[in-house]
Amino acid sequence: MTLPKNRQIILTLAAPILLASPLFALQASLIPSSRLINPEALVKILQSTKGEKPLVLQVGPHVLYAQAHIPGSEYVGPVSSPNGLEQLRKRVESLPKKKFIVIYCGCCPWNHCPNVKPADDALQAMGFTNVKVLYIANNFGADWVDKGYPTAKGD
Amino acid sequence: MNRKLVSAALAVLAIVLIYALNRHRGPAPALKITSTEHPFAPDFSLQQLSGQSLTLSSYRGKVVLLDFWATWCVPCREEIPHFVELQDKYRQQGLQIIGVSMDDGPEPVRDFYREFKMNYPVVMGDAKTGELYGGVLGLPIAFVIGRDGRIYAKHIGATDVAVFEKEFAGLL
Repeated sequence: MTLPKNRQIILTLAAPILLASPLFALQASLIPSSRLINPEALVKILQSTKGEKPLVLQVGPHVLYAQAHIPGSEYVGPVSSPNGLEQLRKRVESLPKKKFIVIYCGCCPWNHCPNVKPADDALQAMGFTNVKVLYIANNFGADWVDKGYPTAKGD
Repeated sequence: MNRKLVSAALAVLAIVLIYALNRHRGPAPALKITSTEHPFAPDFSLQQLSGQSLTLSSYRGKVVLLDFWATWCVPCREEIPHFVELQDKYRQQGLQIIGVSMDDGPEPVRDFYREFKMNYPVVMGDAKTGELYGGVLGLPIAFVIGRDGRIYAKHIGATDVAVFEKEFAGLL
């Protein structure tokens, strides 16, 4: 059965968008800037003697966390995987929804990170209202360690 | 009395040394690579996907492209098909590409290896290997190692094939 021409046109235009939509779901570049925090600002918050300290969660690969991570941060795991997503949910489920949380990865250039957007989406879906995503433009080495910001290693 | 004092001092010294060696250290020391400084590539022995061990120094005499990557790394997935082409093109001239996967386990790597028809050995890396190379704190990172075992270039992020070919021309 041949579809009417207008439906053919609609499907032809919609198909690539639908096929590409899973890729868009992962794109960190889609996180609004209002939800981002840059490394310098986070360092100031962590080093300040005043104000609420955030719960900092690393949502990327373990091999990266083990080599270098933000002191005091907790390892969750790659949230692009079902296991990592589950670990994130378990870690935060008992926390008050206004808890100040910062998530970060730093595995790859920002637009290619597969972990921060799913993590941010999951926290929003769970009702958390005070979440910031650490903006790492290139990778954790270049944008945090090489800048001389505080770093810890190991598990 | 003097013996007791000496023993006590040695005990304190031992405690201090043990603490100093085990406290959280800072980031791994960076490998300094410049146009005139070419450190030796740190040697390692890691397990390949086949289960056999691979030792980097056994490739002395070849030009080695050592690529740190992972299956979840999008730029790596874009770069690897080009590495497959480079390996075929320069194999006879003495190029050996070695992939160091920073995935948590070999299963996704085996699937990837088959899917991308990789034609060079892949070993399973870890944090210790990353630290040997100055910290692999983002992917991909590639090192170009000369026949003498020294590092001549380090590339952070996906790199154009033409850049690698220019480097190979001076080393092969």
